[in-house]
Amino acid sequence: MNWIITENNKKINALDIPTVSIDEIKSDVEKMKMRVIGFFGKQEFENVRLYVVMADDKIGKIYVTSSIFPPSVKSYESFTQTIPAFHIFEREFYEEFGIKPLNHPWLKPVRINQDKYPFFEMKGEDIHEVAVGPIHAGVIEPGHFRFMCQGEKVYDLEIMLGYQHRGAEEIFLKNPKYNNRLAESVCGDSVIGYNMAYSQLMELLSDTTISNKAQIIRRIALEMERIAIHIGDMGAIAGDMAYLMGASIFGITRTLVINTMLEISGSRFGRGLINVGGVNFDIDEKMSDKITAMLDDVAKTVDRTTKIMLKTPSCISRMERTGVVSMETAKALGAVGMAARSSGVDIDTRFDFNDKWYTSLDVVKPFKATGDVHSRFKLRYKEIKQSMQIVKKLLAKLKDYKEEPIKTTPNGVISPNSFAISMTEGWRGEIVHIAITGANSELLRYKMKDPSFNNWYMLAMAVRNNGVSDFPLCNKSFNLSYCGNDL
Amino acid sequence: MLTDTIKLKYFQGKQYIPDIQNAPMRQQFRGFPILKSGCQIDESICPAGALKANPLSIDLGKCTLCGECACEAINFSNYYKLSSTDREHLIVTENMTPDEFEKAAIKSRKEIRRVFSKSLKLRQVSAAGCNGCEMELNACSNCNFDMGRFGIDFVASPRHADGLVITGPISENMAYALEDCYKSTPNPKIVILAGACAISGGVFQTSSKLNREFLEKYPIDLYIPGCPIHPLTFINGVLDFITKK
Repeated sequence: MNWIITENNKKINALDIPTVSIDEIKSDVEKMKMRVIGFFGKQEFENVRLYVVMADDKIGKIYVTSSIFPPSVKSYESFTQTIPAFHIFEREFYEEFGIKPLNHPWLKPVRINQDKYPFFEMKGEDIHEVAVGPIHAGVIEPGHFRFMCQGEKVYDLEIMLGYQHRGAEEIFLKNPKYNNRLAESVCGDSVIGYNMAYSQLMELLSDTTISNKAQIIRRIALEMERIAIHIGDMGAIAGDMAYLMGASIFGITRTLVINTMLEISGSRFGRGLINVGGVNFDIDEKMSDKITAMLDDVAKTVDRTTKIMLKTPSCISRMERTGVVSMETAKALGAVGMAARSSGVDIDTRFDFNDKWYTSLDVVKPFKATGDVHSRFKLRYKEIKQSMQIVKKLLAKLKDYKEEPIKTTPNGVISPNSFAISMTEGWRGEIVHIAITGANSELLRYKMKDPSFNNWYMLAMAVRNNGVSDFPLCNKSFNLSYCGNDL
Repeated sequence: MLTDTIKLKYFQGKQYIPDIQNAPMRQQFRGFPILKSGCQIDESICPAGALKANPLSIDLGKCTLCGECACEAINFSNYYKLSSTDREHLIVTENMTPDEFEKAAIKSRKEIRRVFSKSLKLRQVSAAGCNGCEMELNACSNCNFDMGRFGIDFVASPRHADGLVITGPISENMAYALEDCYKSTPNPKIVILAGACAISGGVFQTSSKLNREFLEKYPIDLYIPGCPIHPLTFINGVLDFITKK
């Protein structure tokens, strides 16, 4: 085993990362029984270096190694054959560098060449296909779904994405300055999550230490984002089962949370709040009281509405045993975040990777695992309650650091030959940002991984054997990101 | 159980904003920038290239309203009516007041008023939008803003629509679908660009993966700036556009 061991929010010397043969990595990975969080290439003159990053959630450690492909080598035995979680990572690597994973069972385009996409086809007398998108009926992002059905029953769903591809990773490399505004716009519903991961990474690379106060404010914002989006999604789930009162009430309750965010940061989604070096806006005592009062108010409405919804038979019958993803499937696919937790996979980077602000808080991880829409709905409710507790505790802690500044001027220079990794648990799950710098402190590679990147296939599994009319409900219960996947 | 439901409804009360056109906005909101002279400004601090130092101006079509440039000379007011029918007019210059901006912002058109003032059905196309503007457009139809009361709605098909609302910088991969959607919308139709990304490419301007030819080919009727657009900016912009005399 030739791996370098590191932690979340730590940088290592890029030259220390071992170079081993791809076959050795493959056999190691099969033995390790860990989770893949990074599998990406980087051009090194005419060679391609493949980085493999694995995470051990039990002890909160990250393992990194790499392998070199000279121009003559254009293929390797795919990892997906034995570990399905690699399927999307290998597809991405193939698309970007043309190095083919042999015997990959599902080697299809990820972000480009959609006109050549080889759809899975089912044949038979009663079989029909339903094609949806890229433009959907609602006001949402574009993506193409194709259902293979017999009557009302869905046998398989194929999801083709890539419409949102804007080359976000490249733009980070083009602009040498700190670019928080771009980080916020990569995925506009996880503004805080993305910006936090980006800022932490840049602070690591530039050796900037930010104040405790700024760290707490960032986490308060992160939890508020979680609360707001979860409430909105519960409303969307209610709307998709035609329980319109739920949709309306959750809709206006979310407004209370995001309007408080507006009062803190000047934007409803917290844009402009976080910068490399700290935060731009303070939470003083008056604001702190306001947030607490707002949370109490919101908690009351959410409690009431959820309780009534979960007592209403028409709601329960739509949610229970709809879109089931078993724990085994979720684990095999490498699912992460809230969707994985609702299938019973116990992962949460906030608690697993030793973030001192979360581990010192003494809050229980919410856990409910049947893997259906009902479970995801309830988990969202529990996470809202948990996040409210966290925000309140963090607000109390904020008082201890009253005197501290909210921002420090970051170093302009980033350290050369570094490999840094930063993970943030956004509301969907872990957002992984990895940066590699070269000998002259220039950014050579910026890699982002959205939780949706792992989880899209989970949605395809969820709708199998369900009615085609239950698709919107399944989709909303995950609410995965298109732009986070397409970058 | 029915009583619980009725109680729940009762306790919610009425939460709609009665007068959308004069709705109060929170102080902290960063909206219309008010520019004064007499401050040394570095253009390059603007992540979207909206700021010009000599003479001082901010292009709202590019601006993400992030507040990075705020100083003595640049002040972001909470004024939220930022829409314009003219791309050039989105450039805010020194000493321009919100009233001055608003007066000339939306040019009234008789035919628009005649056809759309009572009912306007829109089809939204997210062309690589980050989901920020999409969420805010969804919020336009919630119980607070309730855009439907003015006859403005989002519909499921371009065949039912009177116009398109485009968000996002328009990626190569969405260019075909967008044009197809435009062609499927029956005449007469309008095109609205919502958000900095749609108007100018925003923070994605330098990306090589965009294809913005659509905007050169077809006429654009209304520009609604913001990053993301605030629901009040959107509703007021559209409302002024279809009703202004």
